Amino acid sequence: MRNQFAESLYECALKDDRIVVVVADISPGGSMERFRVQFPERFIDVGVSEQGMIGIAAGMALRGLRPFVYTIATFSAYRPFEMLRVDLCYQNLPVTVVGMGAGIIYSTLGGTHHAQEDIAVLSALPNMQILAPCDPLEAASATQFCATQNNGPVYLRIGKAGEPKITSDALEPFVFGKLRYLRRGTDLCIITFGHIMEMAAKVADHFDALGESVSLVSCHTLKPLDRESMAELLHSHKRVIVMEEHSVVGGLAAQTKAIAWECKALCELKTFSLKDEFIHLYGSHSDLQKAHGLSAELVISGCGFSN
Amino acid sequence: MEMVEAIYFSLMRRSADGTSPDTFIMSKGHGCMTQYLALEELGILPSATLERYCKIDGVLGAHPDFGNPGIEASTGSLGHGMAMAVGMAYADKIRNQDRSIYVVLSDGEFQEGSTWEALMIAGNLKVPRLVGFLDLNDRQSFVQTSVANPNFYPVLEKIQAFGWQAIEVDGHNSVQILEAVRSHDHKRPLLVVCKTVKGKGVSFMENVPIWHYRSPDPDEYQRACLELESQ
Repeated sequence: MRNQFAESLYECALKDDRIVVVVADISPGGSMERFRVQFPERFIDVGVSEQGMIGIAAGMALRGLRPFVYTIATFSAYRPFEMLRVDLCYQNLPVTVVGMGAGIIYSTLGGTHHAQEDIAVLSALPNMQILAPCDPLEAASATQFCATQNNGPVYLRIGKAGEPKITSDALEPFVFGKLRYLRRGTDLCIITFGHIMEMAAKVADHFDALGESVSLVSCHTLKPLDRESMAELLHSHKRVIVMEEHSVVGGLAAQTKAIAWECKALCELKTFSLKDEFIHLYGSHSDLQKAHGLSAELVISGCGFSN
Repeated sequence: MEMVEAIYFSLMRRSADGTSPDTFIMSKGHGCMTQYLALEELGILPSATLERYCKIDGVLGAHPDFGNPGIEASTGSLGHGMAMAVGMAYADKIRNQDRSIYVVLSDGEFQEGSTWEALMIAGNLKVPRLVGFLDLNDRQSFVQTSVANPNFYPVLEKIQAFGWQAIEVDGHNSVQILEAVRSHDHKRPLLVVCKTVKGKGVSFMENVPIWHYRSPDPDEYQRACLELESQ
């Protein structure tokens, strides 16, 4: 996903010379190398200065440019939080803040490098839009949206590298602010966002093999949330599973429950999120997910829908 | 006041319709009342707008809001203005824009790490049209800056070490301020370190901490005006 983001951004930059990139000590030799070589004046590495990264991007946006800032999610979302709030959201500037390796992808680097609550925190900021594409293809669409939108700031939450392409045969295209059905059924709906779509697809495959009619939905736009379609989804399926690699506090699961209450949904609703706990374990990404109850097998057994 | 006056009335170029290619940012947002007065004098902010200052039917508050006439960045939380100014200056540099950026900062906000990040980056980027003004009045909310942070001094050498041209002047002397800006080599950013006295010219306000917060009552206002008019 990271590499596809960089590739798509490069393509957008070829068409629009207002696109500039500000990074904080990351990736000049990696996926963004092509951008840096082709557009050296439009690429700034501010070093380990995340507050400066956001402030400088704000200043460039005030001059009519379209900055993308880029670093590991925890350092783009938390370290410069007040700059996101004041410089970008309060002034409503079209800056894309890329949070790379979000969730608990950096599993062996410890809690300092985990972004478990980024959506909850940033959702609370007025004017902030939040996108979390589920595969490289959706990341490309999301990047193109960010490069051309004029609404205001966007937090683009992406994975790292190696995520499979899942949306090649999606029923619907990416549309900002809309739920995206990758598969559509009538019995069970699995809704998720971001890089755990592969896990969600395995859950969908399981129930499909059992003869269930299964929907699989990418909620790539976490803010503004497509509340109308969420309500429709909750009414039109008998059972709904929400999966997220995000804290149980303030993420998609919590918002889905609130919408279900408001729209008086009668479906059976099961949610799977990260616990509201810091992670002090070290292992693979999958190891850490499992420790917080996230795996296809744990969701299948935990939801109780196989009986 | 003298810094703001020099910037608005001597440094910023202005065309007949009142617009300017140059930018002013009041990074020490709590100083925006001086900015409002300058904008009123220039006909950019209507007087009626100032009369509704901090009122429910007005648009001007105690910190400047981007979008109001003449306000080019929202500030108020300290340590934000310099980075935004650097971003503007760099955007102008890579797009060959003939624009200067003037930014006024307090010595209080030089204790913010974000200010030093921006200073360092500005020096690295060698933005040639960025001019900062440091209001070095040795006063912040509660204590003297030299007491709270004695290692902030000496200032000039630190700024120069970050790749800036830096000049110290009497911040109440408009001639010195303008001479400093005119000596800018335009190979790097310039910081004019302006030594000032907080509440200058009003005997009962000078360096008295409470005047960071309070507004004068009608009697105090009259006494302050009399003192200033007699100078």
